[in-house]
Formats: sequence, C-alpha cells, structure tokens
Amino acid sequence: MDDVLDARTGLKDTLPTVFGYIGIGLAFGIVGKASGLSPLLVALMSAITYGGSAQFVMVSMLVSHSTLLSIILAVFLVNARMILMSMTVAPYFRQERTWHVVLIGSLLTDETFALSMNKLNRTQNTLSFPWFNTANLTAYFTWIIASLIGALLGNFITDPKRFGLDFALVAMFIGLLYLQIIADQSMKKALQLTVVLVTCILMYIGLIFIPSNFLVLVVTLLSCGLGMVIKHVLF
Amino acid sequence: MSSFEFTFWTIVGCGLVTWLSRIISFILLKKFRLPTSVIEFLSFVPIVIMSALWFESLFHQNLGHLPQVDVGNMLASLPAILTAILTKNLLWIVIIGILSLALIRLVI
Repeated sequence: MDDVLDARTGLKDTLPTVFGYIGIGLAFGIVGKASGLSPLLVALMSAITYGGSAQFVMVSMLVSHSTLLSIILAVFLVNARMILMSMTVAPYFRQERTWHVVLIGSLLTDETFALSMNKLNRTQNTLSFPWFNTANLTAYFTWIIASLIGALLGNFITDPKRFGLDFALVAMFIGLLYLQIIADQSMKKALQLTVVLVTCILMYIGLIFIPSNFLVLVVTLLSCGLGMVIKHVLF
Repeated sequence: MSSFEFTFWTIVGCGLVTWLSRIISFILLKKFRLPTSVIEFLSFVPIVIMSALWFESLFHQNLGHLPQVDVGNMLASLPAILTAILTKNLLWIVIIGILSLALIRLVI
C-alpha cells in the first residue's frame, strides 16, 4: 500500500479483500439457497441490505418465521458498529460534496473501513473520494456477484469451507490489524497492544453469555471506553 | 421459508436501517464537530473492531458455556501472523492464510 489516492490504486488496494468477499459471498449464496431463498432474493439481499453477518442473521430468522420488526431490530443491532465506523471516517470527508459522502457511507463495510484506516498511515492522514469509492464499489459488486453465483451453484457445492476460502476475511483482519499497529504513529505500541489484549479477553468472556452477533458491538463500545481509561491512567 | 413478498420487505426494511446507520454520521458531521473525548474514543475503533472480528472467528459459541476453540482458524492464524511480520503485504497474508487453512483441514 502506498500514498497514492486515485481510483486505480483504490482497486489495487482492495484486491486482497476480494478473496474474502468471494469466499463469504459464495458461502452466503449457498446457505441462502439451502434455506429456501431464490437466487433473485439472495442477490437482492446482498445488494439492498449489504452486510455480511447481518445477512446470515436475516436468513436464519426468516427460516424461523420471526416477525418483520424483530428481524429489523436484530439487523440494526448487528450493524450498529457501522455508526461507529462511519463516525470515524466522516471527519476526513468534511469538505466533500454531500452526494459523495452519502455514496461513501452507503457502501462502507468492515473491510473497506479497515483498509482506509491503514491507508491513512501512508497518506499524511488524508483520504480521497475516488480511492474510497473505488474500494467500496469493488467490494460491493464482488459481494453481490459472489452471493448470486453461490445461490446458483447451491445445488452442486455443499461444502464451501473445504477450500479454506472462509479464512480470507480472518487473514485480512489479522493482516490489517498488524499493519495498523506497526504503522500508527499517533498511539503508543504498548497502549495499542494492551487494548488488543483487553478486547480479546472481553470477547472470550462475552462469548459465554452474549450472542456473538451482538458481541462485537458491545465489546467495541467497552474496549474503546477502557482504552481511554488505560491511556489516561497508564500512559 | 417465508413468502417472496415478506422476504422482500424484510430485505428493504433491514436495508433501510443499515443504510441509515452507515450515512447518518457522514451527514451530521458535515455540520457539527465531535468533542475531543469522542474523537479519542473513536481513535480506538479500528484496532478494537479488527481484533474483535478476528477473535470472534477463533471460537465457537455455546451460550452458557466456555467458548470452544476453532482449531482450524486458531492454527491458520499463526502462519498468517508470521506472513504479516515477514512480508507486511496484505495479499500474501490472505493467500498464505487460505492455503494454511485448506492444508489444516486436509490433515484434521
């Protein structure tokens, strides 16, 4: 990753994440088809709701005939971390045209968020619309196409996990986390590692009694708060 | 599975709340500035979210019981971390990660 912020570089920087979208997108298509969704509905869900784990939650709640409101509430809670991520990105686009920021926000994901936070370390803390929009669009269309193909192939492939593709996103978060920690000059390494450790401990304890779909949000709020306390008390 | 209409409107409803979660801060923050304490809070969001999403994948949840280790993901994380340290290149980290898990699943 370098300091160039044009559209072509946006495409290049997003390439590693494409594997993740293909792996999880195929898996989602296959699961959706197996749960009784038509390929059309699978593609619509990926295009309109567009939220990895939230879509798996939707499928399982549709299968169990949950009410419309309870599904919407669950999806809101699963995706509420989007509010935190867009709040973190938004200040870099304060001067940008309104439809540009709405477009960037509308297609923001965990992955493009993490990529952009890494990019900041190379670009003297600036982001650009062409770079971010290209990254978002690449992710968006890869996700829709992969989930559609998954739904269409659903009858033939039963075990998408066999090829290890589902690990692509995990590997990406490991990579981005490491690159973030070594590149971020604004925060002490020891502080960052402490916060990562706190997050891991909270995740482990939280998994015992908080459904994992909501846990990421709960732990994010707690860890960021604890991070502030640790920073002021110890650093 | 529910009817086409019900599923369709569920998708639209969920899409709407997700979209609002994504754009609301972008629109508000064009007009308002965040207090310093909130900015400090948000400065932890990237590393916390990345580690939380990673850690979530290392365990299987059994509500009311201790989480079960996902041996495959746990083991595959090691070569991924090693590749991160050696190459600092995201594409390699992802490729080595995928190949490692595929190999691990062949063995266990």
